[in-house]
Amino acid sequence: MTRLIDKRLNSKNKSAVNRQRFLKRYKKQIKKAVANAVANRSIKDINSGESITIPSKDISEPHIYHGQGGKRDIVHPGNKEFVQGDRIPRPSQKKGSGGRDKASNQGEGEDDFMFEISKEEFMDFFFEDMALPNLVKTKITTVYDKKKVRAGFKADGIPANINVVRSLRNAYGRRIALRAPHKKELAEAEQELEDLLRKPDVENSIVAELRKRIEFLKNKIKNVPYIDEFDLRYNNHVDMPKPTTQAVMFCIMDVSGSMDQNKKDIAKRFFILLYLFLTRNYEKIDLVFISHHTTAKEVDEEEFFYSRETGGTVVSSALHLMYEIATERYPCDDWNIYVAQASDGDNWYDDSPFCSEILSQKIMQIVQYFSYVEITPDSHQSLWYEYEKIANAFENFAMQKIDSVADIFPVLRELFKKKDEVSKVS
Amino acid sequence: MTKREPLSTTSEWTFELLDEYDEEISRIAKNFQLETYPNQIEIIGAEQMMDAYASSGMPIGYHHWSYGKHFLDTQKQYRRGQMGLAYEIVINSNPCISYLMEENTMLMQALVIAHAAYGHNSFFKGNYLFQQWTSADAIIDYLIFSKNYIQNCEEKYGVDAVEDILDSCHALMNFGVDRYKRPQQLSMKKEQSRQKEREAYLQSQINELWRTIPNYYDSKLEDKEFRFPLDPQENVLYFIEKNAPLLEPWQREIVRIVRKISQYFYPQKQTKVMNEGWATFWHYTILNQMYKENLITDGYMIEFLQSHTNVVKQPTFDSPYYSGMNPYALGFGMMSDIRRICENPTDEDREWFPELAGKDWLESMDFAMRNFKDESFISQYLSPNMMRKLKLFALVDDDKDTHIEVNAIHNPTGYHTLRQKLADQYNLGSLEPNIQIYDVDIRGDRSLTLRHFQYSRKPLATSLDEVLRHLSRLWGFTVRIESVDEKGKVEKLSECVVN
Repeated sequence: MTRLIDKRLNSKNKSAVNRQRFLKRYKKQIKKAVANAVANRSIKDINSGESITIPSKDISEPHIYHGQGGKRDIVHPGNKEFVQGDRIPRPSQKKGSGGRDKASNQGEGEDDFMFEISKEEFMDFFFEDMALPNLVKTKITTVYDKKKVRAGFKADGIPANINVVRSLRNAYGRRIALRAPHKKELAEAEQELEDLLRKPDVENSIVAELRKRIEFLKNKIKNVPYIDEFDLRYNNHVDMPKPTTQAVMFCIMDVSGSMDQNKKDIAKRFFILLYLFLTRNYEKIDLVFISHHTTAKEVDEEEFFYSRETGGTVVSSALHLMYEIATERYPCDDWNIYVAQASDGDNWYDDSPFCSEILSQKIMQIVQYFSYVEITPDSHQSLWYEYEKIANAFENFAMQKIDSVADIFPVLRELFKKKDEVSKVS
Repeated sequence: MTKREPLSTTSEWTFELLDEYDEEISRIAKNFQLETYPNQIEIIGAEQMMDAYASSGMPIGYHHWSYGKHFLDTQKQYRRGQMGLAYEIVINSNPCISYLMEENTMLMQALVIAHAAYGHNSFFKGNYLFQQWTSADAIIDYLIFSKNYIQNCEEKYGVDAVEDILDSCHALMNFGVDRYKRPQQLSMKKEQSRQKEREAYLQSQINELWRTIPNYYDSKLEDKEFRFPLDPQENVLYFIEKNAPLLEPWQREIVRIVRKISQYFYPQKQTKVMNEGWATFWHYTILNQMYKENLITDGYMIEFLQSHTNVVKQPTFDSPYYSGMNPYALGFGMMSDIRRICENPTDEDREWFPELAGKDWLESMDFAMRNFKDESFISQYLSPNMMRKLKLFALVDDDKDTHIEVNAIHNPTGYHTLRQKLADQYNLGSLEPNIQIYDVDIRGDRSLTLRHFQYSRKPLATSLDEVLRHLSRLWGFTVRIESVDEKGKVEKLSECVVN
C-alpha cells in the first residue's frame, strides 16, 4: 500500500524562479538597499552578499479582511481571576487584550521584510546603474584563471587519467601478496607428493587426495585476478591560482568643503570599480587613501569618505604625498601602481602647473594607470586643462567629467580595453 | 499478545526501518478502523521542505513572485534558527503524499508517518467537506494542467501580463468559492478537452450580454427594478470569469485556475482544529499502542512525549508566546475528550452528551470526523470538562464601550455562551467579510457595485482600496463598494474609477 520514495536527490531549487520573479519585481527597492549598502561598506568588502530590507507594506499582498473596530467576541484560554461581568479598561491599542496576533505565522507584521541576496546578485544590482558593458561585468565578477597542476595520485578518477605504470605496479604487488601463501602451500604439497610417490606402497586414495589439493591450489593461484579495480591509480590534478603580482591602489580625493556627501558617494563607486578590476588581476592589493585640501594626509577609509574639512584646495600636495609613499613603500619593480583621483575640479589657480609637472615628470613614469574623475555640474577649471595635456601625452592616463554614476565607466574603459588586448596576445 | 523486540534502538533511520515501521503503524491503524488512501511517502531535504512550504505544500505550482517572497522569508527564518521546519507536509491527494524530512530521527519519522500518512490521510478521505470540495484523484493532474497552461500564457503574452492577472486574482482569492453550492469535480482530461470549448462559449456569452443592438435584456431593462446579476453573487472570481467584459479568453482561464485552487484549500481552512486534532490524536494513540506492544523503547517514548507535549501546549492569554488558540491543543483535547466521554463518562457528561456516554468510542469519533467542520464540531462536542481544562473565558470588545467586558467564563452559567462563541470564532462566515456582487450598470458606464454586509459592525481593513484596484483591473471599468450595516443602511465605502 505504501510507496517510499527518496526524493532527496531531486532538484532543490524549485523556488528559484519564484525568487527571481520576486527580485525582479522589487528591483527598485532592492537597488536602493544595495546603494545604501555600498555607501556603508568598505571598498574591500564590496564583493559579498547582502541582507536586504524592504518595508513590509511595499510588498504586502492585499486582501479584504476585517479591520479594527466594531463589536468583537473573543474567547481566550488561561483565565485566572476573571468572573462573569468583570469590566476591564481597554488596554492600549497594540498589545494587551491579545486579539489575534496576525504577524506570528506569516512573518509579515509591521516589521520590515528582510532577506539575503547572494554576492552575484549584489554585484548585478551594483553594476546596473553604472552602465557597464556585459563583457566587463563578466570580467570583473568571474574568478581569475586557475591552472591545473599535477599533485600525485589518487584512487578514483576518470578513465582518461589512469596512470598505467602505477596501476600495473599495484596489480603486480597485489598478485605477489595474494599468491604467496598458496604458493608456499603448493610447494609443500608437491614436495609431499613427490615423497609419497617415492615410497613403494602408497595408498592410491591419499595420492588422489593430494593431487586434488594441488589442483585446487593451482586454481587458486590462477584465480588471483591480473588487475583489479583497486589497483587503479589516477593522476591527481589540483587547481592552482595562476601566479599573480601585487598591486597598490591610491585613492586620492579632495575633501574640501565643496565636496558634499553625494559627490563623495559617486567618488566611492568610482574607487570601487577600479578596485574590483584590480582584484581580478592581482592577488594582493593594498589600498592607500590620501585626502587633501590645502595639505594632504594619508587617512583610513572611514575618515576618507566621511570626514569633512574646509578650506582651499591644493592638488599638488596630494600628488607629492602619493609619490612619496609610492617610492618609500611600493617600489615600482615589485608593485603595480594604480591611482584613482576624484575631485570637484577646484584647485588653487597657481597650483595646476605644478600638478602637471609632477605628474609628467615623476608619477606617470611609475604608475600603470592614472584615472581622474571630475565630479561637477559646472564648467572645467584650470586643473582640467592641465590634465588634458597629460592625457594627450600619456596613454595610461584617463579622465572624465562626471554628473552621475553612469558616467564612471568611460574613465576605466581604456583600462579594460588594454587588458583585453594583452589577454588576446598572451 | 506476545512481547516483541523493539524495531530499532538508535535514532538513525534507514529505508528498511521505515518500511518496517510503516507496516506496524498501518496494521495498528487498521485495527483502529482508519480508512486511508494509499500512501506515498517521500523523503526530502531541508531545502526541499522550504520549497514545499513556499508553495503551501503543493508539489507542483505555477510561478509567481509571491511564492518567492514566502520562500525568502522561510529561508531567512530557518537560517537564523528562529523556526524549525514543520516535521511534515501532507497533500490531500490520492495517493496521499506526505513528506518526511531527512533530518528527522527514526522516532520522528514514525511519528510523522502516524500523524500524516494515517491521521491526516484518513481525515482527507472521510470528512464530508473534503469529499464535497476536493477531488483527491484529480488534484495533481489539475496542478500540472494549470502550471503548463500558465507557462504557455507567459510565453505567448509575456510574464508581466500574466503576473498582473495573477496578482489581481490572488487579491480576491478568498472570494472564489460558492459557499453553499457543491462544485464540479476536477479532472485533467476534461479540463483540457473542454478548455477550448469553454473559451469560445464564454466569449459568445459575454458578447451577448454586452451587445448594443436591441436584445432580450432590453425589454427587462425597462424595468427599473431589474438588476444584473439577478441575485447578489458571493463568488466574485466566478462572476469575473463569466462576465467581465474585456478579459481575453486566456485571462478568464487563469481566473478559473486561481479559483479552483482556492477552492481546493477551502475545506482545510474550515477544519484546521479537527484535522490537526484528529491527526494528533491518532499519532498519540498509535505510538502508545506501539509502546504497549514493545515495538518502541522507553528512550523513544520519552522523545515522543517531549515532542508531543510541545505540539499540544496551549499558552495562556497573558503568555508572551500566546497567539490565539492552538488548533493542535484544542483539537487533540477535544478528540481525547470524546474518547473519555465514551469510555468513562461522568454524570455531567451523561447530561451533556447522552448520545456519547458509554458508546463505542471508535464509532463515535469516526462519526464526528466525518460529519463536521470546526464550527459545528466545537458547538457540538466542546465539553464543560475541556472548557475548565483550558480555563476559557469570553470577552466582548465593543468599540462603543470604554471597557472590555468578560461575558462568560468556565462555570455552569457560562458553558453554553462560551461554546457558542468559540464555535463562532471558527465560522468562516464571521471571520471573513461578507462581500457580494450586487449590481452591474449594464446600460450605463458598466460600473460594478459590490456590497459589504457588516457583521458586528466590523469595518473592512484599509487594504480594501488596493483590492478594488485589482478588481477593477479584472473588470475593466469602475468598481465601487458599499457597506450595508445591520439595520440595512447603505453607505458608499470606496470607489476605483477607470476611464
